[in-house]
Amino acid sequence: MAETTHGTGGLKYDSSKRSWPNEINIFIALVIIVAIFEALGQILPYMNGQSFLFDTNGRFDSIFNEARLQIIILQVAIIGIISLGVTQVIISGGIDLSSGPLVAATAMIVMSFAQTELVNGNPNPKAVFGSWAFDLPVLIPIIVGLAFGAFIGAINGSLIAFTRIPPFIATLGMFLICRGIAQWWTRGQPVSFPTDSYASLGAGMMPVVWFVLLAILCHVLLRYTVYGKHTYAIGSNEDAARMSGINVKRHKVMVYMIASMLAAFAAIVLSSKNLTAQSGMGLFYELYAIAMAVIGGVSLTGGRGSIIGTVLGAMVFGVIQSGFTYVKLDAYFQIMAMGAIIIGAVVLDKWRQQRAVARF
Amino acid sequence: MSDIILETRNLTKHYGGVHALQDATFTLRRGEHVAIMGDNGAGKSTFVRQITGVEQPTRGEIHFDGKPVHFTGPLEAREAGIEAVFQTLALADDLDVSDNLFLGREKTKFDWLGPFRFLDYKAMRNDTLAALEKTAVKIPNIRNTIQNMSGGQRQCVAIARTATFHSKLTIMDEPTAALGVQETAQVENIIRTLKEQGEPLILISHNMRQVMDLVDRIVVFRRGRICANLLKEETDGQDVVAYITGAKTQPEYADAA
Repeated sequence: MAETTHGTGGLKYDSSKRSWPNEINIFIALVIIVAIFEALGQILPYMNGQSFLFDTNGRFDSIFNEARLQIIILQVAIIGIISLGVTQVIISGGIDLSSGPLVAATAMIVMSFAQTELVNGNPNPKAVFGSWAFDLPVLIPIIVGLAFGAFIGAINGSLIAFTRIPPFIATLGMFLICRGIAQWWTRGQPVSFPTDSYASLGAGMMPVVWFVLLAILCHVLLRYTVYGKHTYAIGSNEDAARMSGINVKRHKVMVYMIASMLAAFAAIVLSSKNLTAQSGMGLFYELYAIAMAVIGGVSLTGGRGSIIGTVLGAMVFGVIQSGFTYVKLDAYFQIMAMGAIIIGAVVLDKWRQQRAVARF
Repeated sequence: MSDIILETRNLTKHYGGVHALQDATFTLRRGEHVAIMGDNGAGKSTFVRQITGVEQPTRGEIHFDGKPVHFTGPLEAREAGIEAVFQTLALADDLDVSDNLFLGREKTKFDWLGPFRFLDYKAMRNDTLAALEKTAVKIPNIRNTIQNMSGGQRQCVAIARTATFHSKLTIMDEPTAALGVQETAQVENIIRTLKEQGEPLILISHNMRQVMDLVDRIVVFRRGRICANLLKEETDGQDVVAYITGAKTQPEYADAA
């Protein structure tokens, strides 16, 4: 074993002694869950031996059932983008409940700046603004959306940093405010008929492309930059962070802004994919985003977790959702089972922490 | 350059009506190790909090490194070169050793990226190894998180911070209070290393053996005032206890009684 010893203290720098990364556990869990569904497909009599993961009918040119894989990834991509931001908030020791309604509010607003003038030669029946807002360059709705997200995030972060109210309360308030904004914007009317360039943002597999790109960006931010290090430090020991000279208040505002901008971007992708925005969009998204992070090993007490974990958590989430449909589980039971899984993930996290403390 | 690294004149701190610290006049020479002793509530920690900028004194002056200073926060004191190891360890559990050493003062690359500038992990790890070597601190692996370390190892990490940033004055507030025998010995060894290297130190401790072993001079606090200034060679444990309990007071501090 390669081992170097320094000085009188017998100081070792032995990379093989690094602790087992939690991400591997989540990956193993993912494999096990896939295996369980695969087994259920063989065992359950009404399944006729259908495979969950593999292409048994020769429909595709690969060994996998590509249609199912695509659906799984596509299903989680948009909430996954939100969970990238939620991950950062939770690592910093906070929580963001406002992301679901923020998706709805942002989608409504953004879509109003992305409408096309003529639908099949007729005037746009869902027009929100006058003729000046038709057929704008695609950059304008994107900028409007990100600015709105940054604005909401700045309010969230400032409330939490400067008034010291619990993040749960601040973002719960924002949850209602955003849902209200979404409904008020058009008095409940959906906003539809975007320009072609806007519609291409979320077309086909584009949500997955955005998810992957943003996941890489967020991973780099958290792992390799001062911003990331301070996010972990604040979530781990806020007093220590403050005494070390970190501007904790400013940093918290920044974290919530980034999270809300990611949620706003998810809204852009989602409204583009659906070609419409409705005030009821994003229902439970905030909870699913938190669930993905928690399943992915992000600790609700702050300081621990990673983007890789959250991406794996999103995959677990998607596989379970898709698996439930595959074994023809009733939709009502699916939501209940999802709730049970979230509770289970938090209990597991609690156990992990207690074990870590017990090592003293 | 003056021989005196730290001097306080009539340093006073009132919390409302409570006179926690009253007219503390104190000097520390370069390379000197001084212990501050006293009963609970005698004003030891209050005194340290004024010097390290955690609190601002009600009255009085602090001169550090020849200049009068008015720290508005712990970071300013730290930037001036005063490094404190507190009873409550200011370490982030989920970060590794070098992350903790450099917390708030990271070495970075691509600084034009502002808050998103990149961490220079390699440089920080090299400096961490050098600092640990300098202080003879034993840590199994600097890439392990603090969480999995013993109390002694954590304390050592906190102390190694002082060596990393070449601070001009180290202050330790009961560094071994929560440690076992072996770990205490380890921390004491680090203090001896600092002495050999001529780094000045203020040590707050209740442990008489430790104080007699390690320092040059003992300053005794009682009810918010300094009541004795004793050279180690000219005193013994019983004598110090007499000053702590109030059985004796040095003539020059008679008004403190």
